[in-house]
Amino acid sequence: MGTDARSVTIALASTVVFFTVLILVVTNSPGWPEVKSAFFDPGVFKDSFPEILRAFWTNIKLFCIAEVFILVFALFIAILRSLPGPVFFPLRALAIAYTDLFRGVPTILLIFMLGFGAPALAISGVPRSPFFWAVVALVLVYSAYVAEVYRAGIESVHPSQDAAARSLGLSRAQSLRFVVVPQAVRRVVPPLLNDFIGLQKDTALVALIGPVETFRQSQIDNAATFNFTPYVAAAVVFILFTIPLARLTDWLALRSRRRRVTGGAITA
Amino acid sequence: MRRLVAAGIAVLGLAVAAGCGGGGTTTTQATGGTGTTAANPCAKDQLQLVNSGKLTIGTDNPAYPPWFGGTPKNPWKVSDPASGQGFESAVAYAVADKLGFSKDEVEWTVVPFNNSFKPGPKDFDFDINEISYTPERATAVDFSDSYYDVNQALVALNSSKIAGASSIADLKDAKLGAQIGTTSYQYIVSNIQPSKQPSVYDTNDAAIAAVKAKQIDGIVTDLPTAFYITAAQLDNSKIVGQFPTVGTPEHFGMVLQKGSPLTSCVNKALAALKGAGTLAQIQKTWLSEKASAPVLQ
Repeated sequence: MGTDARSVTIALASTVVFFTVLILVVTNSPGWPEVKSAFFDPGVFKDSFPEILRAFWTNIKLFCIAEVFILVFALFIAILRSLPGPVFFPLRALAIAYTDLFRGVPTILLIFMLGFGAPALAISGVPRSPFFWAVVALVLVYSAYVAEVYRAGIESVHPSQDAAARSLGLSRAQSLRFVVVPQAVRRVVPPLLNDFIGLQKDTALVALIGPVETFRQSQIDNAATFNFTPYVAAAVVFILFTIPLARLTDWLALRSRRRRVTGGAITA
Repeated sequence: MRRLVAAGIAVLGLAVAAGCGGGGTTTTQATGGTGTTAANPCAKDQLQLVNSGKLTIGTDNPAYPPWFGGTPKNPWKVSDPASGQGFESAVAYAVADKLGFSKDEVEWTVVPFNNSFKPGPKDFDFDINEISYTPERATAVDFSDSYYDVNQALVALNSSKIAGASSIADLKDAKLGAQIGTTSYQYIVSNIQPSKQPSVYDTNDAAIAAVKAKQIDGIVTDLPTAFYITAAQLDNSKIVGQFPTVGTPEHFGMVLQKGSPLTSCVNKALAALKGAGTLAQIQKTWLSEKASAPVLQ
């Protein structure tokens, strides 16, 4: 008990000392007034924040639409890759090739290629909207990452689960649908959210092909004022969004753990 | 993202430098001119330079015509600022000459647009990169006086629905694009005010790709760049027209460290070049005649 209290005190003191020293070093540096006015100008912040917040709506639309497709498409890829037996080899190979390719290709290239390249082909019926192609690019790239997350989840479900399901007369597909995948998905909710937050920040790449989103709006304000505070405003917007999301995942994880424990208690 | 990281590193660097330098003696260069008579502060040996004995001039890479010319030499792309060819290169060497620097004493350094106004010491004596003066910008850096008065212009494909526009009112329904960091974008938002939100690109090259992909109807850019785009970068395109000046005329200025003593010297050099007609001559040599593009009222 005494050691615990002592550890807490030491931790607290060392944290306070560390941050005090850090803040003092930064704020007493000769260049601090200049850096402060370049990055933390309240006037610029106030002027740019409303526009930046408005531009965030574009990001929200982008990552919400993209995320839905990613979750579905990535699960499909992961299941393809988990198919057993030599018959399914071509599908497995295809899924592996897909994840290898799209995890390796820089997102920027894909956004340029699809955003400018696909419409320039001038095929009738092919959409021209940069927003559309941005969503496609993000779905392609992130599905590759998320498919791997799903696969890890699927492989973490013990083979005895599948064997038990099959012995009860469930088909392979039914076993996957009702036994394996539900358990797999629950286990990977935290890493899925991690990728979702990554996706939110990567929506800024969409600005490359024209749409004005949060990051681009801050760049515009930055260039107009030669002041970097608008980026800080953009960071605030992103953080305001990701922190509640992180707490929500924590809560979801806690809930599913609790359910698992109580569920186990009842059947026992 | 890269820019944010770079900015972050700059901050860290400053913090570290502050930590190391804390308590030590200041290393600020002592000002010269100890004589009793006031020495000419713009004399070559009185100037505080980034690299002593050399005039270090910055601009972004690639360096595009008509601002720069010549055959590109590593690390430069498209053009070579050290060639003396192209409008800004010629102006830079003319200013250098007035300050007493020979061609060999001028060094060019790559300065991306954002780095020209980052806080802290600059790694150039002045930066010449088609940067428009605005009062807001002038709170962060020093601007020289104008070396070129700018008009914005509209570039579109001949087949575009706005190719025949004769007034700003004809552009109300147009989807326009501009390069990030330019006053061209501000001009669209403040003066053209189209019903569709303008698109913004990292470079004019990306804006050109968007025109080719039929995602935007036209690009707003400064007139000399518009001439270059229609002549070299975008086939079957034309300058629809140039835009009238709204309020105070827009001008390009060289960017210097805030409070730099060099600013007044550069301004003196520019004034001398203007007085002698040299600047007008350089402009005539390297930039197409403004008159040849119709004005969109």
